[in-house]
Amino acid sequence: MSGHMLYDILSLGVPFSVALLLAALGEMFNQRAGVFNLGCDGIMSLGAFLGFLPPYLLRGSAHASLANLGGFAVAAAAGALMGLLFALVTVSFRAPQGIAGIGLQMLGWGMAGTIFRHFIGGVTGVEGVSAWPIPLLSRIPYLGGILFNHNPVVYLALCAVPASWFLLMKTPWGLRVRAVGTHPRAADTMGTSVIRVRYQALALGGAMAGLGGAYLSLCQAKMFADDLVAGRGFIAVALVYFGRWSPFGILGGALLFSLAQALQLSIQVGGIKFPYEFAVMLPYLMVILVLALARRSRMLGPAALGRPYDREMRV
Amino acid sequence: MGRRFKLLYAGAVVLVATLAATAAAALVLSAIGARPLATFAVIFTGPLHDLFGVTEILVRAVPLILVALGIAISFRSGILNIGAEGQIMIGILSGTAVALALAGLPRLLLLPLCLLAGAVGGALWGGIAGVLRARLAVNEILSTVMLNYIAAQLYTFLLRGPMIDPNELMTGSGTPQSMRLPRAAWLDRLVPGTRLHSGLLLALALAFLVWFLLWRTTLGFRMRAAGAGSKAARYAGIEVERSLVMAMLFAGGFAGLAGAVEVTGVHHRAIEAISGGYGFAGIVVALFGGLHPAGIVPAAVFFGLLLVGADMTQRSAGVPANMILVLQGVVILAIVSAKMYLANPYAQDRAARLLRRAGLLRAEGDVPSGAGP
Repeated sequence: MSGHMLYDILSLGVPFSVALLLAALGEMFNQRAGVFNLGCDGIMSLGAFLGFLPPYLLRGSAHASLANLGGFAVAAAAGALMGLLFALVTVSFRAPQGIAGIGLQMLGWGMAGTIFRHFIGGVTGVEGVSAWPIPLLSRIPYLGGILFNHNPVVYLALCAVPASWFLLMKTPWGLRVRAVGTHPRAADTMGTSVIRVRYQALALGGAMAGLGGAYLSLCQAKMFADDLVAGRGFIAVALVYFGRWSPFGILGGALLFSLAQALQLSIQVGGIKFPYEFAVMLPYLMVILVLALARRSRMLGPAALGRPYDREMRV
Repeated sequence: MGRRFKLLYAGAVVLVATLAATAAAALVLSAIGARPLATFAVIFTGPLHDLFGVTEILVRAVPLILVALGIAISFRSGILNIGAEGQIMIGILSGTAVALALAGLPRLLLLPLCLLAGAVGGALWGGIAGVLRARLAVNEILSTVMLNYIAAQLYTFLLRGPMIDPNELMTGSGTPQSMRLPRAAWLDRLVPGTRLHSGLLLALALAFLVWFLLWRTTLGFRMRAAGAGSKAARYAGIEVERSLVMAMLFAGGFAGLAGAVEVTGVHHRAIEAISGGYGFAGIVVALFGGLHPAGIVPAAVFFGLLLVGADMTQRSAGVPANMILVLQGVVILAIVSAKMYLANPYAQDRAARLLRRAGLLRAEGDVPSGAGP
């Protein structure tokens, strides 16, 4: 592989990782609080559509960047609402999380598809968010192009990694999240409301999944289609296992996936004959492989993951 | 707690869940400017106007029954199979391949072989997730979802490449579809002039067999025991890992069979988008039917009605057929929530206490019994 190709893969792979990264960081907060949210994929679909809507409606007007900002805000708000709905079902009603997550996924995916087909129908592009090279830094040879020549959301998402770590490990709220995900009864005894903290974590996780979806439609694809998300929400859930519930581990996993995708694209562009369908399969095969290899890390997961909490239930 | 209270409580939970699901669906409908009541009316009554509509409901119910039976087996055995969609596609591919490869065989041999091939293909595809869970502790929901995406790509690859109808290449239209199956591999039509086929009878017979398997055989007992509590089952000497793999083989086999039945009964060739979401609707049908064959059959007919009705709203009311996903999503959320309230004695006690405090329930005869120490 030539150095030029490696540079292309790296500079393409970093922005590709952002949607997965945002959704997986959100899912990490959910799981650290003890809730396994498989609806992440549906929330991403809804976020991708709702994020796309304001710039689509205001296309051609002078307020393009404002519309993009509005798109992200709407996507985050809708994601948080979906997270709260999931909290209602799994935290308050204590429904089993796995199957409820599939229900939420269908709901989010179905809503995005229904509203999209009704109002827009065909595939239409938006201008999207363009690159903001960081002055000086972007001119560093190689490194500048890989890290500092992207749209602003990439920088924010990369900053979200240490920020998530700080929030989870160094703030009182983060401690409460980890407590309700590890030993909810102990947290409850100490006066922490398990229900409230889980609601908050699910709202945050949902908002981040919504942002991840909006990133896909506004920054990466610059258009919306029914199957734009294509299971990235499920990949994000797998990344949380792979990253052992830590923000930096998740960043590593997201980069691994996005670099594989960039590699696949550059192979295609490079003209190497390889059936397109098998190239598309690659990330899904990787998820299964990663989960099989990461089985030991399950022991490091939040102890109360997947278990609804009922104060009155005798253990 | 009195029996009357329990009945009232159950009725109230079901009513609230139904209303919540309806309200959520109505909200989405109003968001696209459709009139919810009119749309529901089209969905629920539109298909019932003529014989063709009624048979179409049953045509949709056949794959739903088969898929839901497999999902019920897997859920009862403690493994959540979300991969029916992919297993259906593999079943279509293997069933079609066998029917085309052995086209010269007599009907008596060819049709059963074709259906068997579909079931075996689906079973192997489902078995992958079973082995991954049993041996490597891979979460089966994630692995089956991934296998769905992989199967979808494999399906397009084969239909565009190796399995494409040579005629499509000759005429240059290039529609991704297989050759037409030989007539010997077609299921009989039950009602002339409609698409209703004898797969319905097969599905009903299998519903009975699944009941027998789960509740009247040792294997079924082992699988249910492993699903109810793996620790207790293990202590009783049941090999939980083996039961998980068995359950996934069955689940995949039923989904694969549904695919083969759909090809031999309805389309007579493998085409794109043949499954149309039966794999996901099957999950809802299985849950709606209480994971029991006797509930699954009527539930499948009900969702068959919804699927046909949703197609009609697309044509008549301009409501996109994706709406069916919204309905399925809210139905799942409503069912799993309601189930918890029905099964939770503490919640029942809480409701009783609340009513008593409001003076709506007499103190006598409703001493909390469910949650005693």
